[in-house]
Amino acid sequence: MDFNDAPQEAEYRAVVRAWLNENATEYRDPPPEGMKLPEFIARSKAWQAKKHAAGYTGITWPKMFGGQGLTPMHSIIYGQEESRWHVPQGLYSIGLGMCIPTVFTHGNPEVVQRYVPKALLGEEVWCQLFSEPAAGSDLAGIRTKAVREGDEWVIDGQKVWTSFAHASDFGIVVCRTDPNMPKHKGLTMFIVNMKAPGVTVKGIKQMSGGSDFNEVFFDGVRVNDSHRLGAVGDGWKVALTTLMHERLAVGGKPRYAPGYETLMKLAKGVEAPDGSPAIGASDVRQKIAQTYINDQGIKLTQMRALSALSKGQVPGPEQSISKVVVAKTMQDLASFALDLSGGDGFVAGADADPELAKLQGSYIGSAGLRIAGGTDEILRNIIAERVLGLPGDMRPDKDTPFNQAVPA
Amino acid sequence: MNFDFSDEAKELGEQARKLLAEKAGTGPARKAMAADAPAMDAALWKEIAELGWTAARVPEAHGGLGLTVEEVAQLAEAAGGSLAHLPLVSTLLATEALVLAGTEAQQAKWLPGIASGEIIACVAWSEPGAVSPATVKTVSSGSALTGVKQPVADLAVAHVAIVAAAGADGPQLYIIDLKDAQSAVVETVDLVRRHGKLTLSATPAEALGTAGDYQDWLDRAAVILAYEAIGTAGAAMAMTVDYAKTRVAFGQKIGRYQAVKHKCADMYIKLELARAHALHGLAMIGTNGAELRQVAAAARVASLDALAYCAEENVQLHGGIGFTWESDCQFYYRRNRALVAALGPRGWWADRLVRALEQRNSAAA
Repeated sequence: MDFNDAPQEAEYRAVVRAWLNENATEYRDPPPEGMKLPEFIARSKAWQAKKHAAGYTGITWPKMFGGQGLTPMHSIIYGQEESRWHVPQGLYSIGLGMCIPTVFTHGNPEVVQRYVPKALLGEEVWCQLFSEPAAGSDLAGIRTKAVREGDEWVIDGQKVWTSFAHASDFGIVVCRTDPNMPKHKGLTMFIVNMKAPGVTVKGIKQMSGGSDFNEVFFDGVRVNDSHRLGAVGDGWKVALTTLMHERLAVGGKPRYAPGYETLMKLAKGVEAPDGSPAIGASDVRQKIAQTYINDQGIKLTQMRALSALSKGQVPGPEQSISKVVVAKTMQDLASFALDLSGGDGFVAGADADPELAKLQGSYIGSAGLRIAGGTDEILRNIIAERVLGLPGDMRPDKDTPFNQAVPA
Repeated sequence: MNFDFSDEAKELGEQARKLLAEKAGTGPARKAMAADAPAMDAALWKEIAELGWTAARVPEAHGGLGLTVEEVAQLAEAAGGSLAHLPLVSTLLATEALVLAGTEAQQAKWLPGIASGEIIACVAWSEPGAVSPATVKTVSSGSALTGVKQPVADLAVAHVAIVAAAGADGPQLYIIDLKDAQSAVVETVDLVRRHGKLTLSATPAEALGTAGDYQDWLDRAAVILAYEAIGTAGAAMAMTVDYAKTRVAFGQKIGRYQAVKHKCADMYIKLELARAHALHGLAMIGTNGAELRQVAAAARVASLDALAYCAEENVQLHGGIGFTWESDCQFYYRRNRALVAALGPRGWWADRLVRALEQRNSAAA
């Protein structure tokens, strides 16, 4: 066993590293605090264009769609090397990671030709419009409707939790096109122009105070039928292809989140109830051990998946445990460390200790992480049903026409 | 990146699981529970010895197959999953000590018999009053030991014991020929695996390696035992999942209820975390990695967590039937206690993990 690259992987890594050393020098240091959106977009576009010219975009995509036709391992290696630099991150991750693969899998040739190259080059930004106020975990319960009028569809409704909607040119939106069908069957996916008349984007202010997401309102927005992705009524299947691409994204403890080292350091400086240094207290040591086991265990589980990919195999289902472990571990660690700090852990703002402020941020942020991209509860359902083969939850509305389903 | 078992090790594991599914499991375990039942399945022991399982880790020079610790792990997991009534893991742990720290003469004396299956070995660190492998009070006079060791797994069938006792530089290992010692049966919570009491009164003993070797052996033993625990936990999880797929309550299979299925998911989560750390342990043993101390401790803690959770919730999710004598739930529930006793409690190992992390941090600073 070893953690080394296979020879051809090492070769690719060396080429990538040399290119980054040559081309990423302006991203050596973190960007200035409080960068405004237009500047972030400009920086992101400049970096994407540079990557594109050098052949580091669409690494796993087929060549016919402008990709490099390489393996997931190549993409992971590029990502690992790029993460050593402070290049702009995030603007394209949903568009290129999820939306565009859906477009080139389900779109007609004209649509693919029109949208895919510009997205890959970074000229146009994409967002994904799935969740709704009444359709979160129960995603197929969406109510945004699209009604056919000749060659066009007219969209009315509301989406929520849309990342980068305010910076996006286009989006993929899943709508209810036939309320007489059961809920998974009456859906259809479309490409929508985010600058079209009738589209309104409003930022959501989160519990953390930040604004990373939006609400998007559709009021009589018109989409040509050529911008439909997949057949009418196949929207759920199309959405599943999109979400499958999300699965490939490797999750782990966010880089900014405090880990066991933070607790070890903190516990040396504070006192246990008996006045001795907290680092000697049994409960503190148990919490350090548990945090290490959870965070490191997820890192190692990902290495198991990478080993499978490296051998050209499909990774096992164990990857599915990542987020449910990481998010709760983050919350437990932050909560424990703040407890340990007494009143100091509660004082915020200019008077706060910077390390404790980070833990406060982690405590609040982890509450969101336990929900985003699949709640703890939905992820446990997925493990139980897809990995262990247990029967699905009771779903009284599953086979009933959507417009006749009533709460049990 | 190659963070996985070798194909050879996987193949041996496959073979072991297949054979033990047929010849071991809860049925034979129930028979073994009877007070007058033999202390091991001697026919099965003969068969697995012929297949080379006890020879796996023994160097070729001493009549073994010279395989890696990955094969040992696969065997331990198969034994754990099948509750096999064999002194296999005890013998594998003792073999690891002899391979790690034995002199040429000690290896030549014991390993060929272990390889052929004629010699059964056990491990004795636990003592009345000792809560961890660090606090043994059995004393050494250089060539003899005095003290009491209990509970010792598989003592009744073993020919040789690897014993932990106080040495000049801290606790270390010794070899005892059980012909020279006095053994008795000790009842434990685990009604299948036999345990004993070893009374040493100036019993002849040979030092096996140094105090440092004892610590290194503890790391390796922790990783091997993690695999036994993973095997047992996996079997308990499989039993729960099977039941949740068939038992009906309130007009539904109970596996449909999130209160039930989420516990099953948590079993899987804990088991996969344990697998990740245990595999890391094998990688560190295979490469003599410097991080073995922390990695082995993490594997031990994570595997005990998985086993306790799977064994306990297996009874719980079976409901009343799970608490009956006739139910197989008790085997896993009781074995959980045996595997804690086998190398010391979770708390001690969690502390050992943190000490290793502290040392690494201060070395890096």
